[in-house]
Amino acid sequence: MPEAFRIDGMSQYGLPDRSAFAVPGVGRGVLDVFSYRYLLRLLVRKGILTRYHGSVLGWAWSYVKPAAQFLIYYLVMGVFLNLNRGIDAFPVYLFSGIVVVNLFNEAFGNATKSIVNNKALVKKIYLPRELFPIADVFIAFVHFLPQLSILIVVCLVVGWVPTVLHLAGALLAMLIVLLLATGLGMLFGSVNVSFRDSQNLVELILLFATWTSPVLYSFTMVRDKVPTWLFDLYMANPLTAAVELFHSAFWYPTIAGPAERPENLWGLAGLALAISIVTLLVGQFVFRRLEGRFAQDL
Amino acid sequence: MPKTSEAEAPRIIIEGVRKTYRLRHTHSFKETFVAWLRKKQTASTFEALEGLDITVGEGEAVGLLGYNGSGKSTLLKLVSGVLRPDAGTVLTRGRVAGLIEVGAGFHPDLSGRENVYLNAAILGMSKEEIDAKFDEIVEFSEIGEFIDTEVKHYSSGMFVRLAFSVAIHTQFDILLVDEVLAVGDAPFREKCNAKIHELVASDKTLFIVSHDLGMISEICDRGIVIKRGRKIFDGPVDEAIAALKASKR
Repeated sequence: MPEAFRIDGMSQYGLPDRSAFAVPGVGRGVLDVFSYRYLLRLLVRKGILTRYHGSVLGWAWSYVKPAAQFLIYYLVMGVFLNLNRGIDAFPVYLFSGIVVVNLFNEAFGNATKSIVNNKALVKKIYLPRELFPIADVFIAFVHFLPQLSILIVVCLVVGWVPTVLHLAGALLAMLIVLLLATGLGMLFGSVNVSFRDSQNLVELILLFATWTSPVLYSFTMVRDKVPTWLFDLYMANPLTAAVELFHSAFWYPTIAGPAERPENLWGLAGLALAISIVTLLVGQFVFRRLEGRFAQDL
Repeated sequence: MPKTSEAEAPRIIIEGVRKTYRLRHTHSFKETFVAWLRKKQTASTFEALEGLDITVGEGEAVGLLGYNGSGKSTLLKLVSGVLRPDAGTVLTRGRVAGLIEVGAGFHPDLSGRENVYLNAAILGMSKEEIDAKFDEIVEFSEIGEFIDTEVKHYSSGMFVRLAFSVAIHTQFDILLVDEVLAVGDAPFREKCNAKIHELVASDKTLFIVSHDLGMISEICDRGIVIKRGRKIFDGPVDEAIAALKASKR
């Protein structure tokens, strides 16, 4: 990159004091989003209002889609493949994992396309461009809430008594997923501007996400089949930690019999949080490096 | 350190600004890889601006003249921050607003009211500022009772009037205008011109790109002619127009 800005130094206009001036188009990255809170709120509102615009069922789709997905997994995995017998209260197990992966897929997938989708604005007006992926992650979170409320209702019906620890675990899981999706979304979203391969690659990653974390089966099945190093890698996946946190918060307290839980789940969660934060930093770094070309490459 | 007084300090400083477009011929990893294998060029460059120096003072209305492809719009985008220079410095003092492609942030499925809020926020206004200006914006746009109708049902004239009205009511010290004054019908255009004159009179800095030489000479007092990315004239607007007409593309 060429040396882009000379703020101080000799000036041909004899202006020693340039502190009142600003360099247009240079922001503080994700931090700028805090000073654009109001716009972020409006962007999220726009995304939510226009999402099901013109559809008769409207928000009901936010319930229909996960319900259909749940049904098909339950029939195939639980009934046909008999995972039902290995895992107590399999429907609750399944659903508490699915919602986490759905949140991740929705947030990451939309954030990846956010810059290209907001082409008109990116090309015409300067805004901190991080606003677009972050707004999409917030929108995904809002769409996750109906699924979460169904999960909570179901768990309460089957006798769940929430404790502070359960709730803390669930919140931590959501935080991990949102940070991870934001970081990856900024990374792949900024590459997507020049190379649309990026969004196809992301679709592939999302396809894997459901299967590389213990959503449809138990983590013990992986442990019993693969070498230790591979299992460690599997458990280091932040999504695995988030899914297991949800299992511990919603599914485990509702079952009667004993079930095996991962050792040191809080440690895994800490590692997952650290990985998510590093991902966010890397995403921000790449985003800032590529941002200068957004307006001309779109 | 001697401090220059606020009034004397310029609003926009452009120093030795160079902008080179790299036109990429490949749009996928595969194409890039194949081009690399065949040792074909994956990109070519185009010099849009070649070392430009311009200073615009407080309350000045500057018309930027030049034929298509001379780099006028690129320069405006550098000042607004949409693009960044490859070399040189662009500095601005105060709030910058752009009348550049009005309505870029409009969403057809939202009502006029929601679009006003969304767009004003995109242009950098806070909620309080928008609340305070809202009635004025609607009145200027002459949208009236349709403000709560979805924007997709608007006629193109109504759409442009509302978008322009939002843009012109934002708070700014520097206004960048790119070929958008020719919006709406004759009465509305007249109103826009009056508004622009009002802005000039209230010491706002205007930086205007237009092919409408009549309008430029009416509003601006200074004209800058750009040809193939270089400044060829900077001075009184009438002489600038003469210089533009004398030059060839």
